Order: sequence, then C-alpha cells, then structure tokens
Amino acid sequence: MTADLATAPLLEVAGLHVWFELPGGRELHAVQDVALTLEAGQRVGLVGESGSGKTTTALTIMGLLPSSAAAAGRVAVRGEDLMPGLENGFRSHRWTDIAMVFQGAMNAFNPVRTVGWQIAEPMIAHGTATGSAAKARVAELLELVGIPAAAATRYPHEFSGGMRQRAAIAMALACEPKILLADEPTTALDVMVQAQILDLLTRLCGDLGLALLLVTHDLGVVAQTCDDVAVMYAGEIVERGRIDALFHDAEHPYTRALFAATPDLYGDEPVASIPGSPPDLARPVVGCAYRPRCPLAFAPCVDVRPVLAPVSATTATPPGTQPLTEPLTEPSTEPARHLVACHAASSARAT
Amino acid sequence: MTELLVVEDLHTTYSSRRTMTDRLARRPLEQVRAVDGVSLHVAKGEMLALVGESGCGKTTTLQSILRMVPTAGGVVLINGTDVTALSARQMRPLRRHVQMIYQDPYESLDVRFRVRQTVEEPLLVHGIGATKAERLELVRAAMVRAELIPPESYLERYPHQLSGGQRQRVAIAASLVLEPELLLADEPVSMLDVSVRAGVLSLLDRLRRGGTMGIVMITHDLSTAAHFADRIAVMYLGRIVEEGPAHDVIHHPQHPYTQALLSIVPRPDPRERSRGTILTGETPNPRNLPSGCRFHPRCPVATDVCRVTDPALAPPRHAQGPVVDGHVCACLLA
Repeated sequence: MTADLATAPLLEVAGLHVWFELPGGRELHAVQDVALTLEAGQRVGLVGESGSGKTTTALTIMGLLPSSAAAAGRVAVRGEDLMPGLENGFRSHRWTDIAMVFQGAMNAFNPVRTVGWQIAEPMIAHGTATGSAAKARVAELLELVGIPAAAATRYPHEFSGGMRQRAAIAMALACEPKILLADEPTTALDVMVQAQILDLLTRLCGDLGLALLLVTHDLGVVAQTCDDVAVMYAGEIVERGRIDALFHDAEHPYTRALFAATPDLYGDEPVASIPGSPPDLARPVVGCAYRPRCPLAFAPCVDVRPVLAPVSATTATPPGTQPLTEPLTEPSTEPARHLVACHAASSARAT
Repeated sequence: MTELLVVEDLHTTYSSRRTMTDRLARRPLEQVRAVDGVSLHVAKGEMLALVGESGCGKTTTLQSILRMVPTAGGVVLINGTDVTALSARQMRPLRRHVQMIYQDPYESLDVRFRVRQTVEEPLLVHGIGATKAERLELVRAAMVRAELIPPESYLERYPHQLSGGQRQRVAIAASLVLEPELLLADEPVSMLDVSVRAGVLSLLDRLRRGGTMGIVMITHDLSTAAHFADRIAVMYLGRIVEEGPAHDVIHHPQHPYTQALLSIVPRPDPRERSRGTILTGETPNPRNLPSGCRFHPRCPVATDVCRVTDPALAPPRHAQGPVVDGHVCACLLA
C-alpha cells in the first residue's frame, strides 16, 4: 500500500454528495458527485453563483459540516480516506494538513485577545508548538504574510481589514498545512488590498508548496490566481480544466455565460446577464440542472443528466493562441484535463 | 447640454467623537475632512462613475448632495438651485427629483412590506396620486420601467420571495415612481450575483439613455465603470484626483493612482495575467492627511516637490498618450 500512498494525490475528492434534511422529510442536495484533486503547489479555483455548493464543498473537505448535513463519498489526503471516521477522521488532519481561510475571517477574530495569541491557539490546540516556540512561530508567520512581528501583541481592532485578512491567513498556516482552502478571501476587501492578498496567496503556494483551493464568484480573481478551475452549478461541477482552456474554449454554455457576465476592463463586448435563476435544490432536478436557462438545450437535456466527460484533444490547443505571459505549472500527464458535463457539447463533437 | 447637477468645491467634515478624557484634557475637536474640495457635474442622459477605495469619500459626496449630512462649504446646484442654502422644508420638494439606490437590497427593503407598499410609499410621503387606484397605476408604471414584468406577479410579494436582482429592481422601482431626474446609485450591484449584475446595470444604462435622467454611480469596480459610464471620476482621500471621459481615463490614465488601480483589475483573460503596480498599505486615515500631494506616501513616482505642493485638478501638461478635452488630473508630474 505504500506505493499507493506515494502516488496518491495530495487531496482527492471523489463522488462527494452532501445533503441537508429539511422539515417535512425533504432533502436539499447541496453537493452532488463532486470530484477534484489537488497537488502540492497547485492553485485551483472553484467558481459559481451563490448557492452552487462551493462553500459546502470546502466545508466538507475541512470536516466542518453542520450537524444537519449528511455527506457521502471520498475525501482523501495522500490516499487516506477521512470520510469513514467522520469527525475523528477529519480532526487529525484539520489545520495540520488542511486549513481554511473562512469567508469574512477578518471579522471573526476575538476582540479581547491579541492577534498573536489567536494565531498561536491552533498550534497549542494541536500540540505542534507551545510557549516560546509558539511565540517564535507567530513572529515567523506574521513576517511571512507581511505584518511586522511586533504587531503580535496588538488587538484585532488595531488592524486594518487587509491586515486582519493577512493575520487570518497566518493563523491558517500556523500548523504548516499542505492544503489551504480559501473561501472568498478578498470579497469584502478593497481592490488594492485584494491584489495584495491574491499576490500573497500565490507567493505562499510557490514558497511553501501549498495546494490552494480558491472559492470565489469572481472569474477575474480566478484567472489571475489559479492554474485550474472547476465551475459549479446547482451542486455539481459542470466544467473543469485549465483556466486558459476554459477562458478561450469553454464548452459548457454556463461557463461561457459566466465569462460573458464578467466585464473585462479593456473588452468591447457587451456584458450580458444570465436569464433566470438556479433551480431550487430542495426539489429533485431531472435532466440537466442548467436546462431552463440554457440557449442550447435540446431533447436529451430534459431527462438525461449529463456527466463530466473529457473534451476531445483536438480542441485543446486552438490555432493562433499566444503563450501565456506567466507560465502556469508544468503540464500534467493526465490524459484529459478539460472535462465538461453537457449534452450539447458532446453532440457537437460527435458531428 | 444643461447641467442637471453641478457640485463645486464641496467640503464635508465630520468631527470625531471626544471621550470624557479628551474633554477633561480640553483637547480640540478633531475634524475629519471626508470630502475636501470635490467638483463634479452631471447632465441629463449621462452616467458618471465615482470610483475609489473605501474611505475615500465617495458615499459622503453622494450624501452631501442629498443633504443627508451637513456640508461645510461649497455649492451643490440641482437644476440650477443651490441646495446647500435651503432649509429642510425647502429641500423636501427637491428630494423628489433626486433619488438614491443603496448597495444592499437585502437591507434597504422593509421585510414586512409587500412590493406594492414599498413602491407606493414614496408617493404617500410626497402626497402624489389622489386615489389608491391612481397610485397603483403609477406603481405599475414604475415597476415596468424597472423591468419587473408583469408587475402583477410581483406586487403582492414580500422581499424574501424575491431574488437579489429582483430586490434591487424593486428598490429601483421605488426610486423611479417619483420620476426623479437624478439617480444616485451607491454600489448598486456589488451585493448581487455575477449572473444578474449585468441585468441591473443595463437597466440603469437604459434609464439614463432615455434622456430624462442623469446617474451618479459609485463603484469600486473599474471594469463596470469602463463598460457603463460616460465619465469616470477617481477619488482618493476626499479629492477627485482624475476625471474624464470613461474611455480616456481607462486607456490613457494620467494619475499614478489611477494607473495603479487599473493595473491590478483582475482580468478574466488568463493571458492578461500581469504583475500590476500593487501599492503597499491602505488608504491613510483622513484625520491626518499627508502634506503636499495626499497620494505621495504611496506614490511610486513621487518626488520631493510632491511632499510640499498640493496639486490642483487640471489638464495634464506632460500627458502620457493622447488626452482629450475634459480629461483632468491632480498630479504635479502629469
């Protein structure tokens, strides 16, 4: 089994389902059959509208689902599946292997404790460092995220929003995790501070070999930060691939609509909203969940749920493309990196 | 074009709260210059975007125009009437012509009001429409203009039965019902999902292109400003540091602050991935404004003279690229 563990991806999520029990015996399927992998140094974006299951997916990977939720599937770190042990399985990996920067984390600091104390807390709780060792590590972490070490004795209210977000990242890194989940880490921040934080996250992935899962609704943020992207809609991943492949050759009509709804600074194309709204996940979704909003919907979309399938290799490198200004991580040897769940896309390829 | 709104040299100051110790020590009242000499103008049919980081005075500028906060100096002309000189009573009929749309439609709507009540309330406040039937007609018309079609399917709903985009349209309908000439929109889409943002922005775009209305929109998103505004005014620490036609400000920015802001806009095209000019730190506290040019502590090109001389908004003398009429910038080096 050791050989298996060595080749196993750093984080593997497969067949993940999460559902909530609603009053009246109904179930809300928040995440359905989600699969993704993360390797050291890789930066993956998880994008979608609110309610698409992005945050629920991240919380499941952290083992932090509320008690009203049930989950099935596989969440494995270096080949070790954490799901069977549930709370016990996750506890030994939370913060030490997988850490998370929560949405609005900068507002979640305890106002009556110093920032340094709060960054040291996970180390003490997990026994990775105590006393003066913890203090030294706090100083090191603060410097790492660009805050003077002396600020450890200050209280959260003495920090600006951007500094608190940096401190939240420092806290997540306290126990030297391999995987960092960041849920909308820049949403409440100013544009310049957003740029600073994204720059910091990118640098940390390179310097520490961290794997980053960036949950966001902002395609611009993903395009500037991530190598790969997974687009979620109604609890499912509908398209997955390298960011440049998705930007230039998105196969799923929803991905294309999301790009069309995102204004580009120097773009001339009109910005278009996506008509309609996502389906109510408390009702069973038959066929393709995007069908009611899709301009390409045809007969099979009504009752056959599309599954993620590889996009044929011929469309992978379109003619006339220029090299990227900044090289992405080394090309993977996996055969199919661009996957899409759409009947229209697969039928277009067949013809 | 006749100017609908003219703001000249507007100043708004807040005095910071003094603690008991401050009072006992007889420390002077600290003045925070939130808006420090802002001038702008909007004509009917025009959209002006006010951009800048939080705390730069964008919202205070809008609130000062509406007299929601007292102004400390300057002139605000709405259709030629100086509103800074008016009493609250005299201001009231004018308010009908100037309406505000807020950032968060989850908070700006009364959760216990049906859509019909929310849109009808401004009519009751201003005593418009003699009968209920007459008011309902106006409510319907406003809802159609806000593209809540057909109005019947929304009239009796509560906010919780509406999506974010629909809520913001209800807030817009409640402003439109008074047939305002000037719409002040404070980050109207930043709380909405990406998929519906374009719809609300296009609605505002169509409303002002109708020609009877001017819009001032606050946004932190330069891409949105580039797509929807005629002109862009960039604010920094209570001042406008650059203003001009949207296309020119985006393509030929003159002020180093505008240049930095533009360089870090996250573009959806991964091939445009670039290391922009990331300014360190955050906007300084307006309580102690830097000497000279207020941007100099963060400016990548500041020289000695910038620490001493406060630049005025003027056409650039050493323009980078073509500069059209009406493109002004407050930088000693531009």
